Amino acid sequence: MKKVQLLDHAVLILGALFMLVPVTLAFMTSTHDAMSVYKDGLQMTWGGHFTDTYKTVLTEASGFTKSVTGLTMLYNSMILGFGFAIGKIVISMLAAYAIVYFRFRFGVFFFWVIFTTLLLPLEVRILPSYEIVQGLGMMNSYSGLIIPLIASATGTFYFRQFFKSVPDELVEAARIDGAGPVKFFIDILVPLSKTMIAAIFIIMFVYGWNQYLWPTLITTDETFFTLVRGMKQILAVWVGAQIPETNQAMALAVLAMLPPVVIVVIFQSWFVKGLVESEK
Amino acid sequence: MKRVQYSNPILPYALLLPQLAIVAVFFLWPAVEAVRASFYLEDPFGFGSTFVGLENFKDTLTNSQYARTARFTLIFTVLVAFFSLSIALLLAVKADKVIRGAGSYRTLLMWVYAIAPPVAGLLGVMLFDQHIGPLTELARSLGWNLQVGVTPFDTAFVMVITAVWKQIPVNFIFFLSGLQSVPKSVQEAAAIDCRSGTRRFWTVTFPLLAPTGFFLLIINITYALFDTFGIVDLVVKGEPGNNPITLVYKVFVDGFRGNDLGGSSAQSVILMVLVFLLTVFQFRMIERRVHYN
Repeated sequence: MKKVQLLDHAVLILGALFMLVPVTLAFMTSTHDAMSVYKDGLQMTWGGHFTDTYKTVLTEASGFTKSVTGLTMLYNSMILGFGFAIGKIVISMLAAYAIVYFRFRFGVFFFWVIFTTLLLPLEVRILPSYEIVQGLGMMNSYSGLIIPLIASATGTFYFRQFFKSVPDELVEAARIDGAGPVKFFIDILVPLSKTMIAAIFIIMFVYGWNQYLWPTLITTDETFFTLVRGMKQILAVWVGAQIPETNQAMALAVLAMLPPVVIVVIFQSWFVKGLVESEK
Repeated sequence: MKRVQYSNPILPYALLLPQLAIVAVFFLWPAVEAVRASFYLEDPFGFGSTFVGLENFKDTLTNSQYARTARFTLIFTVLVAFFSLSIALLLAVKADKVIRGAGSYRTLLMWVYAIAPPVAGLLGVMLFDQHIGPLTELARSLGWNLQVGVTPFDTAFVMVITAVWKQIPVNFIFFLSGLQSVPKSVQEAAAIDCRSGTRRFWTVTFPLLAPTGFFLLIINITYALFDTFGIVDLVVKGEPGNNPITLVYKVFVDGFRGNDLGGSSAQSVILMVLVFLLTVFQFRMIERRVHYN
C-alpha cells in the first residue's frame, strides 16, 4: 500500500514539474543579462538582474517595439481583459434575463438567433469580420478590440442555465410583494448570482486577456498592442537580433502570464466551479 | 422556462437589444458574408468580383497544398487530443487517489490553463532554440539534431508538445471533477467485488467517466483546430515557408497575406461545416448525458 502511494506521488510530481519547469526557466532567464543568456542558454537559477530587466521592459520603449513600453501593453491588456469580461457579463445577463423571465413575441426566435453564435468560432469568419470592423472605422480602437469578441453568446448561456435553476417561488413572492421586473432583477436576481458572476468574470477575464488572433488583425498601431498580441513582434525582433535580449523577451512573456495566472490560482475554487458547471 | 413570467411590451426587447445588435453586426453579417464571398472571385485590386459558383471550393479541394495541410491538421489534432487527454486522465486519477497534498497537486496541475497559446508558443520556441534551448541540447545528446523551422518534422514535434502542455490543465480539471462525482457507494461496492485497482478502473470508473471523456474529446478537437493558432504562429515564427501549418492558419495566410479572398472564404466555409457538425454532435452527447442522470 505504502509503495503504491509513493508511485502515485511520483507521477503527480512529474506532472507538476512538466507544467512548472518551462515557466520557471522563463522567469529565471529574465533575471539574467542578455550576454550571459546568449553564452550559456536558458537559466534555471537566479541571475540577480531582476530589477534591471523588468525596469527596462516596463518603462523603456526598447528593442522589441518602437514606440510602446511594457507598461502600455500591460495597460492595454488590462483594458481588454476587464472590458471584455464586464461587457460580456452585463450584456449577457440582460439578455438571459429577458429570455428566461419574460413571455414575449419572437422570444424563442431570438433565443435561437443568439444560439447560432455558439456554432461558429471567430476563427472561421475572421476575414469578413475584419472587413466589417474596418468598414466601421473601428480599427485601432478599444471598442473594435472588445465588442466583436462579445458576439459569441457563451455568457448568455451560462446565465440562462443559472436563472433557470433559480426557484420559481422567488418571482411569485416578488410579484405578490408588488416588485416589478426591474426591481426583481436588481434586488433579488443579481445578488443571488454573485458567485456565478465571479466565476464567469474569472473565465472571461482570462479569455479576453489571452486573445491573440483578433488583436493581431485589429491593432496595427503599436500603442494599442496588448502583451499577448506583442509576442510575435517580440519573437521577430529576438530572431533578428545580433545578441538577442532573451532576458527581456522572457520578462515580457512573464508579464503576459502573470495576471491571469494569479487570478486563476487565487480564485481557484470559483474558477473550477464556474468552468465545470458552465459546460453542463 | 419559468412557470411564472413577466410580460411587458417593451422591456424584454430592450434587454435583448445590446446582445442582438452585436450578434447581428459582428456575427451574422460576417458569417453570411463569408458564405457569399466563397462563391465569388474577388479582384485583388478591388475592381469588383465575379460569381464563379463552386469554383473556389473545387480549387481548394483539389489543391495539393490544401490536402497536405488538411492531412497535417488531422494528425496534429489526433496527437494533441490523444496525449493531452491520456496524460490528464492519468494525473487526475492519481490526484483523486492521494490524500496528502491533494490541494497543492490540483493547483500545480491546473494553473497553466491561464497561459495564452502564443505565450506558450514563445516558450516552446525558446526551449527548443538551436542556440540557447536546453531541450535542443538534450535532443542533441541523444543524437537528434533538432531544428525547429528547418525540418518540418521537428517543427511539428514542438507544436504538438506545446499544444499538449497547454491543454492538459483543462482536461485535468474536468476529469478530476468527473472522478469526484463518482458516488462513494459505487466505489465501495466495486472495492468489495474486485481487489485489482487497475481492473476496477477499467471496468467501473472508466465507463462512468465516458460521458466526460466524449465531451472533452470534442473540446480538444475544437482546441486543436482553432485555439492553437497562436502556438502555430509563434512556432513557425510567422513565416510558414514549407513548415507544417493547420487549416485555420492557412485561412489566415491565404486571406491576409495571399489576398486570395474567394479561396480563403471557401476554406472558411469548409471549416464552418466541420465545426457545425462537431457542435451538433456535442449537443447530442450532452443531451444523452442528461438522460443518463
